[in-house]
Amino acid sequence: MRIGVPREIYAGEKRVATTPDVAAQLIKLGFQVTVESNAGVEANYSDAAYEAAGCSIVGSADELWSGADIVLKVRGPETEETQRLKSGQTLISFLYPAQNPELLQQLTERGVTVMAMDSIPRISRAQKVDALSSMANIAGYRAVVEAAQHFGRFFTGQITAAGKVPPAKVLVIGAGVAGLAAIGAAQSMGAIVRSFDTRPEVKEQIESMGAEFLMLDFADEDGSGEGGYAKVMSDEFIKAEMELFAEQARDVDIIITTALIPGKPAPRLITAEMVESMKDGSVIVDLAAEQGGNCELTEPGKVAVHHGVTIIGYTDLPSRLAAQSSQLYATNLRHLLTDLTPEKDGQIVVNMEDEVIRGATVCKDGETTWPPPAPKLSAAPAKAKPAPAPVVEKKKPSVLGPIIGMVIAGLALLGLGSVAPQDFMSHFTVFVLACFVGYMVIWNVTPALHTPLMSVTNAISSIIVIGALMQISSETEVIKWIAVATVGVTAVNIFGGFAVTRRMLEMFRK
Amino acid sequence: MEFNGIMVVSYIIATILFILALGGLSNQETARRGNWYGIVGMAIALAATIWGIVSQAYVELIVALLIGGTVGIIAARRVQMTQMPELVAILHSLVGAAAVAVGFANFMDPGRLAHFTGVELTIHDIETYIGILIGAVTFSGSVIAFGKLSGRIGGKPLTLPARHWLNLALLIGALYFGYAFVQESAAGGGVIPLIIMTAIALLFGIHMVMAIGGADMPVVVSMLNSYSGWAASATGFMLGNDLLIVTGALVGSSGAILSYIMCRAMNRKFLAVIAGGFGTSEGTVVAGAEDQGEVVPISAEETAELLNDSREVMIIPGYGMAVAQAQHIVHEITQALRGKKINVRFGIHPVAGRMPGHMNVLLAEAKVPYDIVFEMDEINDDFPDVDVSIVIGANDIVNPSALTDPEGPIGGMPVLECWKGKTTIVLKRSMATGYAGVQNPLFFLENTRMLFGDAKDTLEAVFKAL
Repeated sequence: MRIGVPREIYAGEKRVATTPDVAAQLIKLGFQVTVESNAGVEANYSDAAYEAAGCSIVGSADELWSGADIVLKVRGPETEETQRLKSGQTLISFLYPAQNPELLQQLTERGVTVMAMDSIPRISRAQKVDALSSMANIAGYRAVVEAAQHFGRFFTGQITAAGKVPPAKVLVIGAGVAGLAAIGAAQSMGAIVRSFDTRPEVKEQIESMGAEFLMLDFADEDGSGEGGYAKVMSDEFIKAEMELFAEQARDVDIIITTALIPGKPAPRLITAEMVESMKDGSVIVDLAAEQGGNCELTEPGKVAVHHGVTIIGYTDLPSRLAAQSSQLYATNLRHLLTDLTPEKDGQIVVNMEDEVIRGATVCKDGETTWPPPAPKLSAAPAKAKPAPAPVVEKKKPSVLGPIIGMVIAGLALLGLGSVAPQDFMSHFTVFVLACFVGYMVIWNVTPALHTPLMSVTNAISSIIVIGALMQISSETEVIKWIAVATVGVTAVNIFGGFAVTRRMLEMFRK
Repeated sequence: MEFNGIMVVSYIIATILFILALGGLSNQETARRGNWYGIVGMAIALAATIWGIVSQAYVELIVALLIGGTVGIIAARRVQMTQMPELVAILHSLVGAAAVAVGFANFMDPGRLAHFTGVELTIHDIETYIGILIGAVTFSGSVIAFGKLSGRIGGKPLTLPARHWLNLALLIGALYFGYAFVQESAAGGGVIPLIIMTAIALLFGIHMVMAIGGADMPVVVSMLNSYSGWAASATGFMLGNDLLIVTGALVGSSGAILSYIMCRAMNRKFLAVIAGGFGTSEGTVVAGAEDQGEVVPISAEETAELLNDSREVMIIPGYGMAVAQAQHIVHEITQALRGKKINVRFGIHPVAGRMPGHMNVLLAEAKVPYDIVFEMDEINDDFPDVDVSIVIGANDIVNPSALTDPEGPIGGMPVLECWKGKTTIVLKRSMATGYAGVQNPLFFLENTRMLFGDAKDTLEAVFKAL
């Protein structure tokens, strides 16, 4: 089948749906790949590079759309593109069917099979296809770069001959993929990073990226919704949350907001008063601008300045790192196409039994197949709360156990002492002391030498040969021969044990 | 039995040398010297005893020493490092056999009744009895352990119905015959209870080790090591010989500590291991092995490419490396990577392999420098910085469900958290589960790649591609 990759016509869109590297891999899957002339130019992929990878280049969009069986795109189709599609073709791109019902309707009527990259179910298996995550990752990174661009100071703290530079303080709201990427980028530039999220389980992830997790002391409310996304919180929670933000706004230099709830407009988290309370020169980057913005003053697609605070509302952050985002998006597409061509013969099979493919397919053969049935597994299964219990259990017996043990051992020793003869007790003293010496010595043995330890103790324990030696001179023939055999057996052990230990230890060298 | 002063002094010197031998193992530099201390100590003890006590049968003695010594040295030379667990197990059985033989010979000594009377005789008889008991358990247990380790007996735990009751019955039997033996021995008899008890002890040893699964073998081997020490110690009591008592106690506590360390490394109770049957009491959990997602395979060439692009590499060897004899090629890969300024380290789980320290010995054999070989506790926190972890033939020790599923068969066992690194490559023959019979979610993680095939062959391919 022929894959067509048109040039993106949406204004300002620099990404392209495949790169030369990925195209070469698609060709290996049995496809032919046609690329529209200059499709990758904005992302620094020249026509020549595509040709070198084995693609054919066509000059006009019409030619490309009419000749392709599968069209790969980044943005959903514009009206003129929709009209080029015909029955039997397959389109794979971002689509947002929830926001664009008319578009979905038109596509259905044209009999096109459409796979929406944004409708991939969020299950572990589908992570390699999860283009939303790869784009969010880039957006988070780019958000920090944009913030740095508009922020008049260093991110990192320095003490120089020309005076002290305080580090920038960055607050990241919403620790999804984008938020975590932003934390990582800001952290590595040297800023002090704090982060807030309604889902307490991401605390660990935030801390693993090196940021401080701002905890809201709200016992029972967990903001985790289905599929690892956040959900709408209660009024009291939002009130406490807003107080926290107001307090932070006065302190931090940069706020990056990434709070989104699926299928809802972005929550308003940063009010005009908060913006006003921020220091002059501060920067807000609103990653939720496309869904209305987390900040009241955000102007989607633009950079606005209010009260000395720069508010960045770009909606095309991934496109601003076009080469990188094209590469990742193209790889996501390739993974999806790999799943679609089980035979690797260049023929796609839309297997509606496959959960990932079912989820992505929004219309097929003239029927709308969106929304899909709920996924069986979510990315993070609902958590039981097992952690603290075992710790408590362990502590309890540790207090009583040794005491009881010691008392019993003491009583047993007393009992033994009261009947045993002097001779025995002196041996017994030696025995107990030797056990303690052994205990002290053995704990110092390095674990790497546990095997030599066993073989050397094994050799030493054949000291039992002394017992046989004591009997070997017996007058009784039977005893003598038993003793001789014992000496023979233990000799194997003595010589074998020491020799093998030596052999092993010889090998432990620097 | 007369002990003159020189003998006592020789025994004290031997004792000190033995303690120094064990102390020397605290690090690699002093370990070789420690082994020599042990050899010298043993030589002194033997010489003093032969000079002081043996009065005839010198020829037989020397012939026995020569034959036994030759066999021992040949075995030590020939054994492959991967077979160390078997060798150690069979050597343990010899100590057990010796303890039984010495005990019986001592019992048959006609001078015994003349020498001891009353309470002393009772205590002496109990000592003899215990020495033979422990010796017999050590003997049969070690033989079975040898069979299991060398693959002559299947690794699956044998779980007889009502096995705990069987053990209890054997214990009660041993106690009863002990009582009978002490009673009859004072009257000059007691052979029959002693023989029956020995049979019971042998059965007990067999049954105990048969019931233990392959993954618990490190515990069993160190436990038998401990028993062989206690057997020597009990023999020492019987003979009134302090050197035997001390040495036995040293070995016994050493083995006991090793068993404890191994059990802790698997988060299992010692008694639970002895009671046997890994995972059998929680058989339902194993059923959780349904489809967990798909694994992502990788080729040897891609692995080499990944390794070339990384800065921090962690290698996690397991029993599979020993089986495939892959330690040498692992070393060559290590050298090649280190030559490219890639930091290669080894992470060793305490129970990796079939014997405490098994992996260290194998890596040492392949001449991997020991200062890049680390224990689990030393490197577990470093995984987030690791670019590529290579898991070679290990499974349960890298199973994340030990942490996520506290109720599972391996719940709470400390594991190497390789999934926290950027990429984990798992070398495996197939998708079979580990000894614990637990499915390993690691294989299905997004950042895990599976490299299927025999560890040695695939690693050779990787090495070529490097």
